[in-house]
Amino acid sequence: MACPPAAHPSPERQPSVKVILASADVQRVVDRIAHQILEKTQGAADTVLLGIPTRGAPLARRLAARISTFEDVDVPVGVLDITLYRDDLRRHATRAVGPTQLPPGGIDGKRVVLVDDVLFSGRTVRAALDALNDVGRPASVQLAVLVDRGHRELPIRADYVGKNIPTALAESVKVTLVETDGADEVRLCGGTR
Amino acid sequence: MIRHLLSGADLDADTATQILDTAAEMATVAGREVKKLPALRGRTVVNLFYEDSTRTRISFEAAAKRLSADVINFSAKGSSVTKGESLKDTALTLQAMGADAVVVRHPASGAPHRLANWVDGSVVNAGDGTHEHPTQALLDAYTMRARLGRLAGLHVAIVGDVLHSRVARSNVLLLSTLGAKVTLVGPPTLIPVDWAARAGVGSVATDADPGTDVCYDLDAVLPGVDVVMMLRVQRERMNDSYFPSAREYARRYGLDGPRMRRLPEHAIVMHPGPMNRGMEITPEVADSPRSTIVEQVANGVSVRMAVLYLLLGGNNR
Repeated sequence: MACPPAAHPSPERQPSVKVILASADVQRVVDRIAHQILEKTQGAADTVLLGIPTRGAPLARRLAARISTFEDVDVPVGVLDITLYRDDLRRHATRAVGPTQLPPGGIDGKRVVLVDDVLFSGRTVRAALDALNDVGRPASVQLAVLVDRGHRELPIRADYVGKNIPTALAESVKVTLVETDGADEVRLCGGTR
Repeated sequence: MIRHLLSGADLDADTATQILDTAAEMATVAGREVKKLPALRGRTVVNLFYEDSTRTRISFEAAAKRLSADVINFSAKGSSVTKGESLKDTALTLQAMGADAVVVRHPASGAPHRLANWVDGSVVNAGDGTHEHPTQALLDAYTMRARLGRLAGLHVAIVGDVLHSRVARSNVLLLSTLGAKVTLVGPPTLIPVDWAARAGVGSVATDADPGTDVCYDLDAVLPGVDVVMMLRVQRERMNDSYFPSAREYARRYGLDGPRMRRLPEHAIVMHPGPMNRGMEITPEVADSPRSTIVEQVANGVSVRMAVLYLLLGGNNR
């Protein structure tokens, strides 16, 4: 669902757009998740961050950078493409396959933290768990998301949540990041507000 | 997205590049502990082979299985074809069995095109007569890109029995789409007359085509190429004497050690296989570090995985 930029106030019949997190908020939230990962993993030893494309990948790199600023530990970062594991492959035209890059040390026996921008139905995370199963055997798997918007369709929950946003199904949550879209922002669009 | 892959000309530059990029991701699966992806679970791929083949059939079978598709192998020997069943009736049988894709090799040029009109599934041409073999061209392009880092601007010499070569035809179409320059080299009897004419070589010079060159002298071409692709001399398709003797052919158009050393430092030697060692290529060249012959086979699986995924992975109907 296309979401018009929030900078232009929309006329009444247009779907409403509300900025949930502005640029400084996104940075604060990332900092907090980095602290929580350090706290919950006792210093992020034996931990690997795997970003789910598109926006989970830069988020994972940011978290690793913040963690190394806070505690001076280098957390390996990778990218896990889940295209070939999606449960809706056949409902759409063929999707392009993205790169999967595991850190040089691999993920066997490590604590893997999956990183994504929005947690919604949980289907992306299910696909990621399947993909993970084929590339190695981590000691444990955790999930970090920037936004949890609810409406889960599978028994999946996040270990680290940047912001809980109660939403209606008709609404959409749009995350933009400097690396992929030029600006950090989280917007809530559509619905009847 | 395309529905069938019948010809090198079916692919525009974007689609071809997408296949090569996807193949690069598929190649990483070969290095994993679990060499399987669930993308084509529940789909059926039929290998319909009316001609002998080892590497192509096994390559397609491995590709389909790595994507979790079910594979049915059909070879004309030992089937109802020996009882006189027509291609169309065989196609309708496969259709009734619910084949999502048919990979077909046939001695008659154009057979896959006919088949594509009879079945609902996707048809992949795995070699039809002396016509085309598009997945071979894709894996050749993939190998060149992997070894040399690019395709645009490369100079590729395709040497030998061009007349009977479906590999050459598909490569010319695909490589020119991707921006490489092709020179066809061989004895005049084994270069298609219309291509020689278009390139302005030979007796019937017409408007020259800048994309594809023709040259009858291998030694003149070697110092300026990035890739030499040697073709097999297809004895089984030759019902005429195209050259005086095997020894004379090997002397003039075979790639041996001294010829290989006249190539530029970075140039690679390719062969689609199976090789006639001592005829078009000597063992010294075939087993040298410049030769990509074994890589081509490995890359074939990745490229065919990419093709099957792009044809069958989504809802492209």
